[in-house]
Amino acid sequence: MAAFIIRRLLITCLLLVVISVVSFLIFTLTPGSPFPWADLNPKITPAVKEAYRKKYHLDQPLYKQYTFIMSGLLSGNLTSIKDERPVLEKIGERLPATLRLNLMSLLIDTVFGITLGVFAARYAGRWPDLATSIMAFVFIALPGFWISYLVVIGLVQGIGVPVLGTHSFGLDFKNGFQVALDKFWHVLVPATVLALGGIAAQSRYMRGSMIETLGEEYIRTARAKGLPDHLVLYKHAFKNSIRPLITGLGYLLPALISGSVIVETIFAYPGIGRLAYDAVLERDYPLIMAFNFITAVLILIGNLIADVLYALVDPRVRLE
Amino acid sequence: MNDKSPRARAIERFSADKIGVASACFLVVLAAIAILFAICSIAHIPFPTDPNKTNLQIKLVPPNFTHWLGTDNLGRDVFTRMLHGSYISLTVGFVAVFVSLAIGVVVGAISGYLGGWLDNLVMRIVDALMCFPTLPLVLTIVAYLGPSIWNVVIVIGITGWMGTARLVRAEFLTLREMEYVRAAKALGQHHRHIIFGHILPNAAAPIVVTAVLGVPDAILTEAGLSFLGFGVQPPQATWGNIITDGKAYILDAWWLILFPGLAILVTALAFYLAGEALRKATQTRTERK
Repeated sequence: MAAFIIRRLLITCLLLVVISVVSFLIFTLTPGSPFPWADLNPKITPAVKEAYRKKYHLDQPLYKQYTFIMSGLLSGNLTSIKDERPVLEKIGERLPATLRLNLMSLLIDTVFGITLGVFAARYAGRWPDLATSIMAFVFIALPGFWISYLVVIGLVQGIGVPVLGTHSFGLDFKNGFQVALDKFWHVLVPATVLALGGIAAQSRYMRGSMIETLGEEYIRTARAKGLPDHLVLYKHAFKNSIRPLITGLGYLLPALISGSVIVETIFAYPGIGRLAYDAVLERDYPLIMAFNFITAVLILIGNLIADVLYALVDPRVRLE
Repeated sequence: MNDKSPRARAIERFSADKIGVASACFLVVLAAIAILFAICSIAHIPFPTDPNKTNLQIKLVPPNFTHWLGTDNLGRDVFTRMLHGSYISLTVGFVAVFVSLAIGVVVGAISGYLGGWLDNLVMRIVDALMCFPTLPLVLTIVAYLGPSIWNVVIVIGITGWMGTARLVRAEFLTLREMEYVRAAKALGQHHRHIIFGHILPNAAAPIVVTAVLGVPDAILTEAGLSFLGFGVQPPQATWGNIITDGKAYILDAWWLILFPGLAILVTALAFYLAGEALRKATQTRTERK
């Protein structure tokens, strides 16, 4: 196991280098300037502009710019062009909110994915199976921004509960429990919206895997010796069916990060998705690079955890 | 049954699938509407109703008998605008899938056929690219290239080929061991002919299914980009930007948000259901179990 993890970490580092080079090239070779205001201001002479470019090493050859950005990123000295604050600090203060949101989404995906998948597999080929299948496809086909708006209108207008931001403003809570509950609610709503596509994907994986397991001989044996249906399903079949679900978790992460850009924008949720969106608009190269690098690290760590979990739940898988 | 070709059997199975047939019929009608409006727009034939005709006296009118789906903040008829937006969504979907399919099939085919270190390298690069969250990447490129329909389509296409490449590679890994491939090699046929003439036609079914399932993904991505202001630009109506324009009136004019969103949802759903039916129909007996 240790050897596997070390080897995977090495490959991960290599992948990170590739990812950083590719994203660097995409962002720097496409036209645009981080100082669009400079062209509109007649008082800014070409010399001043050149000084600005020099300050951020934009006048140097590409490989030097790349090493400047990467060494700055790794040593933590890289600063944002917009407000000169260290990028790691800017991302650091937004990251916990996004992690809370995405982990909550993963939890919802897993719980509902398993429940719906097992339910569909149990009634495979009959109408409950068909209904869950269609529901899964509806979940994938929902445009994220649209359903976010409907949820916001429904909750704010219909029921009158606040859902925007990370906590309610202007409310005086008497104890810590209420504060925590309020915060939890503000994560739960956007996380549920973000999770819809994942629930669909995970329930499909679970259903397929479960149907396959239910055809095995030991299931027939368990049924033949008179075990009740729920024991067969949840004790025997379930354990042997969750592997594809874990692989699915690895694939969900990039989709969740993409989705959180939109969901965070609509729910006014202060996470890194929103920060990245603004950074792209402002052509804040250091911040975009840092965002890409950090999300890539998170996703690769997620994939690594998924692989290790995979081996833990199934002794037949050998990590070599 | 056994004397029928695999294709005939697949068609037979597909036509027995009521949901699949219904979805396919819906898509055909939608495509007909879209093509009609696309031709009118390209050939500058005046439309029976103008999607950009403003009339401030009737702004934000709820759905009624003259304006079936209401009007927007400039008094434009939402139903007319949605009809005009239909071909944008479908064009984006199909062209983006075509781009990603072209890249994915070539990369996957070569990688799977040749194998060895090249295959290893290509698959690691695919792994790396799959770690990119698509939306920020697409957003960045479109922000720099400028938001036009073709830029959006190309960017969605070049960021979405990795799944196809993996699938095609997996198919090629099994198919290249087949006897007919060995026979073709023994006859001294060129690699290019073996890849595209012999193996690819046998891998066609899963590729077609991926293509059908890829169209709604592209449509949803375009809608998301439109929402963020990076999609096809106004005054050209698209389902995505009708919602974007309408979000300012979200509390007064629910119809501006609801109907275009439903159109995206139903279209994407029809593609997914038709694709799923197609997948089931083209699988062999053992795979279908």
